[in-house]
Amino acid sequence: MKVSRNFIISMFLLFPAAVLLIAFTFYPTVATLIDSFFSTPRGRRPAAFVGLGNFERMAADPVFHRAFFNNLIYAAVTIPVSMGLALAMALLVNSRIKGRGFVRLAYFTPTILPMIAVANIWMFFYAPDYGLIDQFLGLFGLGGTNWLGQSGTALWALIAITIWKLAGFFMIFYLAALQQIPPSLLEAATLEGANYLQRLRRVVLPLLMPTTLFILINAVIEAFRLVDHVIALTRGGPNNSTQLLLHYIYQVAFNFWDTAYAAALSVVLLSILALIALIQFGFLDKRIHYR
Amino acid sequence: MPILTIRGLNKFWDTAHVVRDLELETREGEFIALLGPSGCGKSTTLRLIAGLEEASSGEILLDGRDIAALPSAKRGISMVFQSYALFPHLTVGENITFGLSVRGESRKVQAEKLARVAPLLGLQALLDRRPSQLSGGQQQRVALGRALIAESPICLLDEPLSNLDASLRAEMRNEIRSLQRRLGITMIFVTHDQTEAMSMADRVALLREGRIEQFDTPEMLYSRPASTFVARFIGAPAMNVIEAAVFDACGMNVPRSSLVGLRPEDLYPVERGLPGRVVQIEYFGADSILSVDLGVTQCAVRLQGRPSTEIGTTLHLGWDADAFHLFDAETGLRQDITVPQPKWTELQPA
Repeated sequence: MKVSRNFIISMFLLFPAAVLLIAFTFYPTVATLIDSFFSTPRGRRPAAFVGLGNFERMAADPVFHRAFFNNLIYAAVTIPVSMGLALAMALLVNSRIKGRGFVRLAYFTPTILPMIAVANIWMFFYAPDYGLIDQFLGLFGLGGTNWLGQSGTALWALIAITIWKLAGFFMIFYLAALQQIPPSLLEAATLEGANYLQRLRRVVLPLLMPTTLFILINAVIEAFRLVDHVIALTRGGPNNSTQLLLHYIYQVAFNFWDTAYAAALSVVLLSILALIALIQFGFLDKRIHYR
Repeated sequence: MPILTIRGLNKFWDTAHVVRDLELETREGEFIALLGPSGCGKSTTLRLIAGLEEASSGEILLDGRDIAALPSAKRGISMVFQSYALFPHLTVGENITFGLSVRGESRKVQAEKLARVAPLLGLQALLDRRPSQLSGGQQQRVALGRALIAESPICLLDEPLSNLDASLRAEMRNEIRSLQRRLGITMIFVTHDQTEAMSMADRVALLREGRIEQFDTPEMLYSRPASTFVARFIGAPAMNVIEAAVFDACGMNVPRSSLVGLRPEDLYPVERGLPGRVVQIEYFGADSILSVDLGVTQCAVRLQGRPSTEIGTTLHLGWDADAFHLFDAETGLRQDITVPQPKWTELQPA
């Protein structure tokens, strides 16, 4: 068989990217899947095939249940709220207001900051008694709340940080999409008698749908991926009230060194994300008008 | 009875005065063209009528009521945008009934009106398509359909044909005109193309720097231009505007404070008339355009077919008395004074 010159060159050009992808994405994925069916190797005892043992253990693990449930709440609140805020902010800074450039920058600032820095800023906000929030509430005699230290408020405190951080990031996408809508479309809608809300619902939102899908996928990934602030602020506590899936995986793998169980947890997380992505593309994509 | 009356309309963009004391009156069922070079304020005028821009001062009366302060949706005016402004996510049918739908008309009424409008524009087979699946001409029809279905007394069109290719443009020109006649609606359309304005409109408002230079029928615009600007804008090639002194050469005594306007198609060779040297000949098939050097200036002459004259020869030009226009050299405005014309017939060979 004669191999063409083009084929050799194309293989050669694909090689560096392929090596990186295989070494750091595909191989670890497959290895994780395989590891999840084995026990964790210890000292003199090598890994043994345990079948679905790790998954059975997971089904009975109360911390996993807690992390899973927390993550659902975390995703169910941060995704819609941050996207809704992002759209509202984008509509605001896309209109003719004074100091538009300053407001845009202000909204985008949280995105530029590293999550660890953000977490440290918010730690001062949330600190009991002398923190910003408690000092403000103290004016009304409501101080003395340890926002991050009690199970009732800790998860919500983290949710607030995530929304604050993500909304500005998503706003940029909405803003870019809004500026792609030809003004004449909105003028035509106005002339036809559509008020602001009708223009928003019937013209702007449908035209933003491709962007919304893109942001939604990103938001879902972020909801399961972003745990920097958990590590910096609560480490999953108190009493696992801020335990999220990825943080639990991190703890199991690197604090408890139970790598096989961590692999099984990773497989579950991956499956959840894959399922959500499939649903999003399968259902929403058909309903979206792409220009 | 006038359906739309505009009085003292002004529009400033910061310090730029883009529409100046505009006065316009249209009768019901008229087809009006706003014509002018780019930047003359014609599109702004249309947007002021539609309410997409706020007038700095002036009155806009529709059927006797002042609409200048009303929001655009309440004015009872429909509009076809230059880019058509079709909603890309809606079907053709939904695009046309968009206005009825947001105004809360029932689905039954929407369907009835759509069934009436679609055949007018030949859109019956396309109602379920999306704008991206349509040709330029079809998109234009959908935009027209959306404007017509509201049955507003006035329909505005902003450069309606500028996005179409030449052959389609001629077709849509006839179609829009016949539709307007059949439905008896008043249409005001903006164009920078004099052929469109001349061939479609009942009356043409020629704008210059925010002012109406002349508002008249195409015939009057052509045969009695109100100023040198109109004279030079209408007609291709434009009317020759020549200094008075040139006419000494044929023994005419034209007042020095005047300019003379002569259309290229009104000039013809005579044995002894205004002499000039032919410097260029452009042959177009049915006619030819000659550039003739008159000494201080050049003028264009349109002759039938291919002329026997050659470049470099001297040509004597003559014209009929009613083809001779006079303008004030200072203001450029038309002067209605008569200058005794030479008798070319005596000079022509028997």
